[in-house]
Amino acid sequence: MYAQMVETGVRKVQDATEMSPQEAHFQARVDADVKVEAKDWMPDAYRRTLIRQIQQHAHSEIVGMLPEGNWISRAPSLKRKAILMAKVQDEAGHGLYLYSAAETLGVSRDQMIEDLHAGKVRYSSIFNYPTLTWADIGAIGWLVDGAAIMNQIPLCRCSYGPYARAMIRICKEESFHQRQGFDIMMTLCRGTPEQKAMAQDALNRWWWPSLMMFGPPDAESVHSAQSAKWKIKLLSNDELRQRFVDQTVPQADYLGITMPDPELRWNEAAGHYDFGPIDWAEFHAVLKGNGPCNRERLRTRTKAWEDGAWVREAALAHADKQARKAKAA
Amino acid sequence: MTPEWPLWEVFIRSLHGLAHKHVGSLHAPDAELAVKNARDVYTRRNEGVSIWVVRSADIHASAPGDKAPLFEPSNDKVYRHPTFFPMPDEVKHL
Repeated sequence: MYAQMVETGVRKVQDATEMSPQEAHFQARVDADVKVEAKDWMPDAYRRTLIRQIQQHAHSEIVGMLPEGNWISRAPSLKRKAILMAKVQDEAGHGLYLYSAAETLGVSRDQMIEDLHAGKVRYSSIFNYPTLTWADIGAIGWLVDGAAIMNQIPLCRCSYGPYARAMIRICKEESFHQRQGFDIMMTLCRGTPEQKAMAQDALNRWWWPSLMMFGPPDAESVHSAQSAKWKIKLLSNDELRQRFVDQTVPQADYLGITMPDPELRWNEAAGHYDFGPIDWAEFHAVLKGNGPCNRERLRTRTKAWEDGAWVREAALAHADKQARKAKAA
Repeated sequence: MTPEWPLWEVFIRSLHGLAHKHVGSLHAPDAELAVKNARDVYTRRNEGVSIWVVRSADIHASAPGDKAPLFEPSNDKVYRHPTFFPMPDEVKHL
């Protein structure tokens, strides 16, 4: 998802006999759905895992502005441009809510940004794919934001209060994103054959990477069980992925375009869609830094950060000067 | 590395006359920019009609560990709640 394969630093789920009294008390509160707040005692591994998870999520929102920002100056109408700017501005806001939530755990925002630029922490694999046509903006809103919502709604109930509250704000805003994407797809699919072909092409390129957003299959996700116990992961990767497929296929049917998966079919007995195998080698290659746009994304973020340094310094110098003046007066 | 902009807590009063409510935090070099940033980060959809910002460092909070003794005095005073007093059904407007 926006946070994929978050390490917990534990090899296996701790059982009750291995817990200290403090840890057992903490787990009992989590089990009883009492929210953990910033100043409460928490196990180090819980804190570190959350910092990693929230931070990956925040970076994904920020890096996620880049593929869409690519089309602001080339949106097909003033209306679409204004809408896209509002969406990209929301993504910046989401990143900021999440950085704040992570900061309550004792890590500074500058440190997180440095770690991103140094390649020490990841952002979602999905943002390493290029946006080649306007239809990609539609596909991103529809599929990528749709997949994000799927994952984020359960997180509104996660055990860490500041994270849960940030997710509630984010979820309220995400459905605008998904609808604007579907609206673009609908307009293209009702347009000329060339426009409809653009929509199909975008679906062809974004479908599989969207399914990869949910992370590796449950059998291979080593850290999920502990995260589930801590209630910072509420549904499994495969569960969320299946829900997403089930929800999205009828939407594509409505648009009159088809998923690039010859094995996709409704399974009456299971009550779900069956789908073909996902190319996990591609997913791992993208996570390792070898996706189509990894280097460009990081380069762009680092440059923006460095180019903005003088602004941050000047604003701080101005504030200091004003404070000194006020003191002297 | 330049020092980080200080952290501010943001409080918004919604249209409906409720008190200012904490909505989150942000970084800003001074109060003026904190208010402007708060507008952009926390009120993109008519969430409020008034913004307060206060430096996070200026907030003093009760300690989570002291929760039990801190709130103990009110725990055994059930008579503070109106439901403590059973009222006869036939008496109205109480």
